[in-house]
Amino acid sequence: MNFREFIKTNKVYLDGGMGTMLQSHGLKAGEYPEMWNITHPEIISGIHKQYFDVGSNVVCANTFGANSLKFDDRQLEQVVKTAIENAAAARDKSRGTQPKFIALDIGPSGRLLRPLGDFDFEDAVSLFAKTVKLGAKYGADLVFIETMNDSYETKAALLAVKENCDLPVLVSNAYGSDGKLMTGASPRAMVAMLEGMGADAVGANCSLGPAQLAGVVRELLSCASVPVILKPNAGLPRIENGETVFDVSPEEFADEVTALIKEGVRLAGGCCGTTPRHIQLLTAKSGSIEPCDVVFKRTTVVSSYTHSVEFGNEPILIGERINPTGKKRFKQALVENDIGYILNEGVNQQDRGVHILDVNVGLPDIDEPRMLCGAVCHLQSVVNLPLQIDTADADAMEKALRRYNGKAMINSVNGKEESMSSIFPLVKKYGGVVVALTLDEDGIPETAEGRVSIARKILDTAASYGIDKKDIVFDPLAMTVSADTSSPSVTLEALKRIKGELGCHTSLGVSNVSFGLPCRDAINGTFFALALENGLSAAIMNPYSADMMKTYYSFKALHNMDENCTGYIENISNFTPASTTTVQEGAKTETEYKTDLQYAVVKGFKDKAGKITQDLLKTVAPLDIVQNEIIPALNTVGKGFEEKRVYLPQLLMSAEAAKTAFEQIKTFMSGTSVKKSDKGTIVIATVEGDIHDIGKNIVKLLLENYGYDVVDLGKDVPPETVSKKVLELKSPIAVLSALMTTTVPSMEETIKQIKETSPNCKTVVGGAVLTREYADVIGADMYSKDAMGVVRYAEKILGK
Amino acid sequence: MVTVRFYDEPDFDKKEIMRYAGCGGTDAATDKLIDSCIAEVRPLLNYKVCCREFDVAVSGDVCSMGELTVASRNLAKNLDGCRSVIIFAGTVGVEIDRLILKYSSISPSRAVIIQAIGAERIEALCDIFCKEMAAEHDTALRPRFSPGFGDLSLSVQKDIFNVLNCGKHIGVFLRDSLIMSPSKSVTAFVGVE
Repeated sequence: MNFREFIKTNKVYLDGGMGTMLQSHGLKAGEYPEMWNITHPEIISGIHKQYFDVGSNVVCANTFGANSLKFDDRQLEQVVKTAIENAAAARDKSRGTQPKFIALDIGPSGRLLRPLGDFDFEDAVSLFAKTVKLGAKYGADLVFIETMNDSYETKAALLAVKENCDLPVLVSNAYGSDGKLMTGASPRAMVAMLEGMGADAVGANCSLGPAQLAGVVRELLSCASVPVILKPNAGLPRIENGETVFDVSPEEFADEVTALIKEGVRLAGGCCGTTPRHIQLLTAKSGSIEPCDVVFKRTTVVSSYTHSVEFGNEPILIGERINPTGKKRFKQALVENDIGYILNEGVNQQDRGVHILDVNVGLPDIDEPRMLCGAVCHLQSVVNLPLQIDTADADAMEKALRRYNGKAMINSVNGKEESMSSIFPLVKKYGGVVVALTLDEDGIPETAEGRVSIARKILDTAASYGIDKKDIVFDPLAMTVSADTSSPSVTLEALKRIKGELGCHTSLGVSNVSFGLPCRDAINGTFFALALENGLSAAIMNPYSADMMKTYYSFKALHNMDENCTGYIENISNFTPASTTTVQEGAKTETEYKTDLQYAVVKGFKDKAGKITQDLLKTVAPLDIVQNEIIPALNTVGKGFEEKRVYLPQLLMSAEAAKTAFEQIKTFMSGTSVKKSDKGTIVIATVEGDIHDIGKNIVKLLLENYGYDVVDLGKDVPPETVSKKVLELKSPIAVLSALMTTTVPSMEETIKQIKETSPNCKTVVGGAVLTREYADVIGADMYSKDAMGVVRYAEKILGK
Repeated sequence: MVTVRFYDEPDFDKKEIMRYAGCGGTDAATDKLIDSCIAEVRPLLNYKVCCREFDVAVSGDVCSMGELTVASRNLAKNLDGCRSVIIFAGTVGVEIDRLILKYSSISPSRAVIIQAIGAERIEALCDIFCKEMAAEHDTALRPRFSPGFGDLSLSVQKDIFNVLNCGKHIGVFLRDSLIMSPSKSVTAFVGVE
């Protein structure tokens, strides 16, 4: 019987600890346990045999840390080969009569993935792929990915398994005492991602004892449609008379795990501190229990690196603002690769209360796969909302889905054969909930019946790819009411029927309905209410629309989704006219405005600076605002900083307020052709090996405040990237930052390369470890002790 | 044997935070900013330490600690006369790094303050850990000594990580550049007299 068949109807006993057993055989701290496959095969095989003898169905070959970070290719192959041979020898010799399987064991790489660490996602996939190929080659029956405490690394490992073998794969994570992974994922979020990618079982192992993991296990059982694994430690270790002991005895361990098997756990074993005795008692106590059925959960769910969002409980808001359509300022940001602007849009929409962020960066003449992938990676570093990846370019879709840390929403597929054949394989491979538009080769049907029938066709085709209907959300398309006043009722009827007849969730781009009409918000808000009443599950919408938000909070309050109307009471005042009138009250004469903007910038009042600038722009030329208001205000603060009357945080708050004012001006001017300053573009970077970029960002912010064009290459930037950019842009100044002594040599190299290719470019260096003397030694033109110093230098070299 | 310890939140020292943030003094606005950053960071922090104790023998510049041998004049001086050494790694977790990353691009003033809070937090954690160790050993401890101090090479980080398995125990990882992720982490040697 193969393992996939076995797991369908049986409880599966896994093995117990290996590391702790090896230590008792004399493995030293710091020694690679996997080398013992080669040097001590009889000990390894002996341990496996003990587990088979007491009833384990699966033993994990001793390959937990077998990866190419620790072993070269030849060694790695030898390690994996002998590991599986040792397990196979144990299987042959064991007196156990149960079905027996050998798992290729895959533990964490020991490196933390970007952006929190420095290990690239694709490098992690390649690393695991090497081990997986060897495991399959030497005859493992299944793969066991375990002890992973980062969702992203777990995804890399699972992807490597799926791309390199057909073996069944179990995935188990190490949850902390807060019930989450070290990098923040909840069990529910992990289940969403792992099931989406086709894991055969999911679970929890290591870190804690069985009783402490009970909460995590119950959460897994409540949402998983695949069998659940539990492989806990024998409690926590402590030192007693110089010996390591674990605080859960084999008897207690067996009792506690048995209790959870009764609740539904289907694969059980032990991790650190457990021995054959633990497994023996476990199989004895739980052997006669009938395996619980694994119930298929019909929930539609997407996830981020921290949490999941489930459809159907209450309306879901999908923020639509990360999209250049009709937004000149956004297009400009994309062309300039201004990731900060996109992040800001994400963070602001999250603050407004959306549950999912739509991400669309499609522009003609843009490298969309690269841009989309970059936007997704940056957003998922700082915003913990699930993302809806929105592109018509299948290549861009795949690249973004691959890097996405969770189960994404996919926007979109439609009833055209070509669309389904390009999108469904991606949904199957990477997991996801796909938005399906009810249109096909013949266009958008005019009747609800026509749209429902396309929906049926889409469901049938999806099923042929092995995609369940829970992972499809239909968009029956909101059409413009001013073009055809009967169209909204068709959409509403389609919504109702898709929910009622097909049992599927729905999503709508609500605001399409109001194109061409005045006061669009009014129609949008009402149509949203009607759609919700007809069963709409999610809306792609603008969270800055007061009417939409009012409808959302009112609908929830009226439908008993908001206990004591708390959400309504807390939020509604943000969307009522009162909040806008306060701005009106501030209306004063033009002369007073001038002092007000300066005051707002000096004091660092961001919102106020933005609003005042917005109003000023109605009457004052943009450049006059910069020259007469913002620059003088910045000079006041900058001078205060240089004279040590103003401290760094205050300087920055002012700079941020100025930036908000500039942002308004940029938006205002992005219709016209923006004249680049003729002073040239300053290139700025944190040098290779260094990841500290706060100081660099401060310098950039201030330079921009003072009107200089700046290209920011980021942190950990190789010397040649800097010198190439300087050459390409003919930059007059390159600003380099380093915080650590260890990275000063790479700063020196960067300066050397710049001087070789662009001898006229001035180099400015700064950062905690640098001094004027150091700067001279490495050949920099200028040392600046703080950000204002760089501004002053730029003024000297380039003029004000 | 590596042991792992968890700690409750140490008291905040706003003066220290201001020092790390480069504020020679403060005003109402900065004070408000610091309070708001503390409120945001606080729920995201986890105070964790993993440690191991070894007998220590110092001979010239060479310190022998279990399977670990380190050559450093400054460390040898620091540990001279000690009966054992505690090697530890502490962290306040990875979430604060996400926050710093977020604010680096959208609000550097918050980034600066949060980064300073992180520095103050990790030092506070090391302080309570060392205080607890001193109490448990009922003796004085030498000042903690980290790779990068004096002539103690940063490459010793590799040895410490090998001995403590920090990734598994407390979620601290070593980058190629030998700095740690999460950034608000410390490794050190502490001599026990």
